[in-house]
Amino acid sequence: MAELLEIRWHGRGGQGAKTGALLLGETVVSTGKFMQAFPDYGPERMGAPMKAYNRISDAPITVHCGVTSPQVVVVLDPTLLGKVDVTQGLPDNGVLIINTPKSPAEIRTQLSLKGRKVYTIDANKVSTETLGRAIPNTPILGALAKVTGIVDPKTLLDDTRHKLEKKFKNKPEVIEGNLKAISRAFEEVRSE
Amino acid sequence: MVTKEKAARTGNEAMAEAMRQINPDVVAAYPITPATEIVQIFSGYVADGLVDTEYVAVESEHSAMSACIGASAAGARVMTGTSSQGLMLMAEVLYIASGMRLPIVLAEVNRAISAPINIHCDHSDTMANRDAGWIQLFSENSQEAYDNMIQAVRIAEHPDVSLPTMATTDGFIISHGMEAIELISDDEVQKFVGKYQPAHPLLNVDKPITAGALDFTDYYFEHRRQIAVGMANAPKVIARIGKEFGDKFGRYYGFTESYKLDDAEVAIACLGSTAGTARVAVDNLRSRGVKAGLLKIRVFRPFPAEEIANILKNVKAIAVLDRSDGLSNFGGPVFNEIRSALYDLPSRPLVVDYIYGLGGRDIFVADIEKVYQTLSDISKSGKIGDLVQYLGVRE
Repeated sequence: MAELLEIRWHGRGGQGAKTGALLLGETVVSTGKFMQAFPDYGPERMGAPMKAYNRISDAPITVHCGVTSPQVVVVLDPTLLGKVDVTQGLPDNGVLIINTPKSPAEIRTQLSLKGRKVYTIDANKVSTETLGRAIPNTPILGALAKVTGIVDPKTLLDDTRHKLEKKFKNKPEVIEGNLKAISRAFEEVRSE
Repeated sequence: MVTKEKAARTGNEAMAEAMRQINPDVVAAYPITPATEIVQIFSGYVADGLVDTEYVAVESEHSAMSACIGASAAGARVMTGTSSQGLMLMAEVLYIASGMRLPIVLAEVNRAISAPINIHCDHSDTMANRDAGWIQLFSENSQEAYDNMIQAVRIAEHPDVSLPTMATTDGFIISHGMEAIELISDDEVQKFVGKYQPAHPLLNVDKPITAGALDFTDYYFEHRRQIAVGMANAPKVIARIGKEFGDKFGRYYGFTESYKLDDAEVAIACLGSTAGTARVAVDNLRSRGVKAGLLKIRVFRPFPAEEIANILKNVKAIAVLDRSDGLSNFGGPVFNEIRSALYDLPSRPLVVDYIYGLGGRDIFVADIEKVYQTLSDISKSGKIGDLVQYLGVRE
């Protein structure tokens, strides 16, 4: 893992980009690493493009400015592609993880992308089939863990179970659905 | 050995958690972005029966502080939270809280002041109330926000001080930024803050007192002088409590924090979250052989003038980063106080001011490195150029 890993999340207000960043942050803390998770607040409007960020490191993180050149970009909503420059500041060896039914090759063509590595996962389909609703951030977390190795799959599953057991004591189907969504994302994330 | 739990918390969550563990008698509050979550989360604790607090939902910040004043005068341990326009609306009663020597603790999230309307971070709200007789503790991150809230109770309530205290965080940057922090157990927080023993509670019918009385030319001056004495007593208390906190929980607190200043030729002084970013700039410059250092000011009221002069006396050139503009045509408030603190030194460092980050304008490591570059030039040439500059603004 890089000394300091920076991640940028793209989503629309209400889709869970901020929650995704916070959930990842909580999981990372449970492994003893240091992290930051923060949204880029503009006017808060449902459906408007928004960004959230993570910083992850083995050492304490003191920097408190925005992330300008992330190594990983996560796109929760494929309709943002072409409207928001999701590759801004992403270095040549950077990683793009996109929620879309398309293949990485199709995305590369669509974005006329040079360099970088593209991964895709149909997170809407996975979450609809496992949770009954399109909540893409849970499967995206699975894809993120698989692609970057920030946390190992077992840790992510255990931590998610632990967190959800507190919140959804009386709804075991929510817990199982989320765990299944993450596990399926491990398997279904597509690389180039 | 104290119990330490590593947890992921935003600044607002950390402050609300501290409030739960302190378990105050009364909280009166009115919501305002970006401080809303603090009292929103806390009201959840009240509703869930996790605290014994009487929560008073009021119709404005002026009423919030007024209710706090009433409850505190009655003898209760009292807390609230606000930001920006909320603190400005409280301003009138902030002075009454300190004038009546009421140890109210306020979680304040630093946010710009209108106009134009802006919800993001700067220090204008806190700085506008720097002369209100409140102790002001600035936090670099969520951990310090949590720790400052706990210490604030002890500082405010100390009989030699008896002054209201605000612990601040930088709006959104810290209030909504999640970080890994160490939590202290409920028991240990309770033990640390102890039971509040008000000296003159209004509800003690055996010793009736008058609160909020009128002073003419006969006593007003004496009573105002006593507030200054309380503020003058605060440094000893703040130092003792910062040390006690460190001895118990491993994190020591003073008035300032020096980073690589021992042999520094150029230094930046700043408050709040920017100190963390500046630390990275210092590391980068040190790796390039520049003798750069950083002074973070945690306690702005009372102002640690002597300590600052002592720490900075051998530095050649200093830049103060002010996240508010005094609009005095003579630099920001932090600059003026630091520059004044250095006046009595036999050989004074050169000092310049940078107003930065108003309305949440981001400040990057590269911006801070440029300031150090300018300081190196100043230190070589002995000429400061512009005394006050604006960093990161489009002109």
